[in-house]
Amino acid sequence: MTARGEGEDRPSSVRPLLFLERQSYRRRRLVDAARLLPFLGAGLLALPLLWPDETDGAEALPLSSAMFYIFACWGLLILISLVFGFAARRMAAREKAEPETEPWQR
Amino acid sequence: MATLNVLILVCLGYVVLLFGVAFAADRLAAHGGGKWLRSPLIYTLSLSIYCTAWTFYGAVGNAARSGLEFVTIYLGPTLVMVSWWWGLRKLVRIGRSQRVTSIADLISSRYGKSNTLAVCVTILAVLGGTPYIALQLQSITLSFSIFAEADPTGLYREGSSVFWVAAGLAVFAILFGTRNLDANERHHGVVTAIALESVVKLFALLAVGIFVVWGIAGGIGPMMERIDASEIGQWHVDAGRWTTFIFLSAAAFVCLPRMFQVMVVENDDESHLRTAAWAFPLYLLLMSLFVVPIAVVGLDLMPEGSNPDLFVLTIPLSQGNDWLAMLSFIGGFSSATSMVIVTAMALSTMVSNHVVMPIWLNTQEGTASVSGDVRTIVLMARRVSIAVIMAFGYFYYLLSGGGAALASIGLVAFAGISQILPALVGGLFWRGATRTGALVGLSVGFFLWIYTLLLPGMQGGIIPPSVIENGPFGWGWLRPQALFGIEGIDPMVHTVMWSLSLNTIAFCVASMLSFPSPLERLQGAQFVNVFDHSAAPRGWTGSVAQSEDLMIMTQRILGTIPAQEFFQAEARRQNGRPGRLPEPTPQFVERLERELSGSVGAATAHAMIGQIVGGASVSVEDLLAVADESAQMLEYSSQLEAKSAELSRTARQLREANAKLTQVSRQKDAFLSQVSHELRTPMTSIRAFSEIMRDTDGLSADEQTRYAAIIHDEALRLTRLLDDLLDLSVLESGQVSLNMGDATLTEVLDRAVSSALAGEGRALSVRRVRPSERIPLHTDLDRLGQVFINLISNAQKYCDAAEPALTISAHDVGGQVVIDFIDNGDGIPPEAQAMVFEKFARVGSDKAGGAGLGLAICREIMHRLGGEVAYLPGQGGAAFRVSLPLAYRQAAQ
Repeated sequence: MTARGEGEDRPSSVRPLLFLERQSYRRRRLVDAARLLPFLGAGLLALPLLWPDETDGAEALPLSSAMFYIFACWGLLILISLVFGFAARRMAAREKAEPETEPWQR
Repeated sequence: MATLNVLILVCLGYVVLLFGVAFAADRLAAHGGGKWLRSPLIYTLSLSIYCTAWTFYGAVGNAARSGLEFVTIYLGPTLVMVSWWWGLRKLVRIGRSQRVTSIADLISSRYGKSNTLAVCVTILAVLGGTPYIALQLQSITLSFSIFAEADPTGLYREGSSVFWVAAGLAVFAILFGTRNLDANERHHGVVTAIALESVVKLFALLAVGIFVVWGIAGGIGPMMERIDASEIGQWHVDAGRWTTFIFLSAAAFVCLPRMFQVMVVENDDESHLRTAAWAFPLYLLLMSLFVVPIAVVGLDLMPEGSNPDLFVLTIPLSQGNDWLAMLSFIGGFSSATSMVIVTAMALSTMVSNHVVMPIWLNTQEGTASVSGDVRTIVLMARRVSIAVIMAFGYFYYLLSGGGAALASIGLVAFAGISQILPALVGGLFWRGATRTGALVGLSVGFFLWIYTLLLPGMQGGIIPPSVIENGPFGWGWLRPQALFGIEGIDPMVHTVMWSLSLNTIAFCVASMLSFPSPLERLQGAQFVNVFDHSAAPRGWTGSVAQSEDLMIMTQRILGTIPAQEFFQAEARRQNGRPGRLPEPTPQFVERLERELSGSVGAATAHAMIGQIVGGASVSVEDLLAVADESAQMLEYSSQLEAKSAELSRTARQLREANAKLTQVSRQKDAFLSQVSHELRTPMTSIRAFSEIMRDTDGLSADEQTRYAAIIHDEALRLTRLLDDLLDLSVLESGQVSLNMGDATLTEVLDRAVSSALAGEGRALSVRRVRPSERIPLHTDLDRLGQVFINLISNAQKYCDAAEPALTISAHDVGGQVVIDFIDNGDGIPPEAQAMVFEKFARVGSDKAGGAGLGLAICREIMHRLGGEVAYLPGQGGAAFRVSLPLAYRQAAQ
């Protein structure tokens, strides 16, 4: 399902020459972020392994807090993924519009 | 109270609804309508067949037993989805560009369209899938039995209900999963029905969750307190299991045949992944949001010993909320049916394409175009496969007794199917992955999975307890659940760790050690670099392929009308004239193969086209051989070229030599006449004067003396000529003996200049640079002097300047003593320069009366002395360069 208007440029940000380069640069960094996202996720989800449980003698973390943490991480991943999804959509639209964009511009 | 009959009625009604939706969606899609059928939302919802009845019911049960561990099963797929940019995107692109029909087809296609691999993957998938189907049947039956217990009036028999459920699901899968042959085409009906079921199950679980939190616990706050106070209220997970299960579920999410089916095969548009990347994790989050509350409330409310797997159902029932229970039942029913239908479809495609079709093709050797209707056979094979797979599931359920043993089978199936992962990931990202590697890796993983997990887990003791205790033949380090003597690992973690790591190692090592076939390498490049080029490898030449045969075969596979449309479109593309059969160009045959592979799989399509194109099929090996040959020919022709260049060089040299020879021969002739003339002139005067002296009386003494002097001079001249000739022939035959001596160059030149200029003749001024001449020489001084004299007297004789002058300069060039004799005349004309050193050569007229042997003798002498004499062109006048190797000088020092 697509929300209306998400693929359109905001006209306020039109600054021809500089704008183009900056835009493709942002695009690359966005892809980098997308690549790193699963690692962030894996890191966040491995963190609970460090929490104390009753076998450690220390007081174990209450399950409600654990739930809160995990669902918050989960939500964060979804949110970033959502943002990237929309950005990727805009990217695809722009790449279609300017096929001359050099792939080596990183 | 909802009776069993009502439940069955609702069930049937729901199934009818599904049929209706699937039918309507198929109709809509067939008429080109229903754009929303191809929307990302439907795609995302169809992915949710990941959540089976095992997760619908089992997640709560899992949470009731081990707290938050259940969430790992959802976190793995979440991670896979958020990494769609470099994982799934590639997979989907490959699936679409190669028209892949199943995970087995993908693996087979990547590794050189190898059917062996496809069969291995198929067997693995069926082995893993069958218990999984049984698990779904069990969950439906269990949920039925819950209602049956609550309804004492109902006549409920477990066995028959399972049978009817299985049969019904099979019918549904057959009706909507095998309508069209092209497995690569979207099954809009099934997918839409599944999407609906996803909504239903999510809605049901959310409804139960909301009822539990707000209806029973009284809001979020009290619910949280209740959670912390419950027996699972403290954070406790096993680190090994936590990470292993996240990894395992991520792997299975990609490898499971049914997931591959909805994610890759049924994918309509790559960009749908963008939406699914966040929407599907969101779906999973919602599915698991209320799992812990339901489990906690269930543990509180339900009597001791009740099955926590069914809390979703029993909590609403115990609270008298029948309609919610009904909804929950429908939710579970949805989860089970959608999973079973898609699994049956995916597995049947694999079985028919990779097992039945190859066997059938083998029995029909060489007759793909003339034998019976392939289309019916494929469809039949697919339908029978669905029925057989469902029957397997049913019997597995009956044999296993439907007990708790099934509950763990979900993860067991995950571990089994994950064995594909190394071959899959390696195939997508590593061009060096080979068929052998994939086969070895798969076999190792598969064997370890069976040995360490499947067999020990089976009830009824297929492996005797003694083996589990002590290992086979008493080898302790081979104990199925403690390989290499490492004990105390959770069996699941143990299996996943050993099987996947050894699988990966075997895959990598065997890949590195083996050498892929050309087709494999081509496919490997296509897969790994799919974003650079999405073309198929070329392999056919259509010169002998008959369009008609291809047409007949295509009709049998695709059906008459689609085949005709395909051929018409191709004919239009080729010559703009529809109505004729297109030429079987390689591109066309290749497109056709791709089209057919969408129906029967890559390996089979390749084989079928191969049967028709037959002898004319050019395998990649052939192409490479041709390329080799042409490379050889290229090399050969370049060798020929080099030879011909050499030949023409030789010919040119020969021509030159010939011209020289002709010239020499002409010179010889000229010289013979010259010699005759030279000999005759003195002879004539000698004869004339001697006759005068003999016949004339009264000659004065004065006259006698004069005539005798003339005779004497002429005789001397003859002798000189003969001496020269003799000298030259001695020099040329190499019989000359050198009389070596030491002197400086100055002395030799002094002597030469004075004796050359001693006689009468024109005045010649000789310029010398004396300091440079102080070079000691060790050579035959007389011979060298002879050369110098010759050169100086030549200058004296031939220099045509008004005041002839000769410059003699000596220097050391590159290890040689070089003495230049340069006069100020006009020099030797260029056409004569090449000839001056030849015997009998004379420049211009014989005004000087020489025999033309002087320079030839000089050359021979210098040759003997190890040096040379050469004409130096471009010095203004006639210039000769005498060079002597320096070694002679050094030898003297």
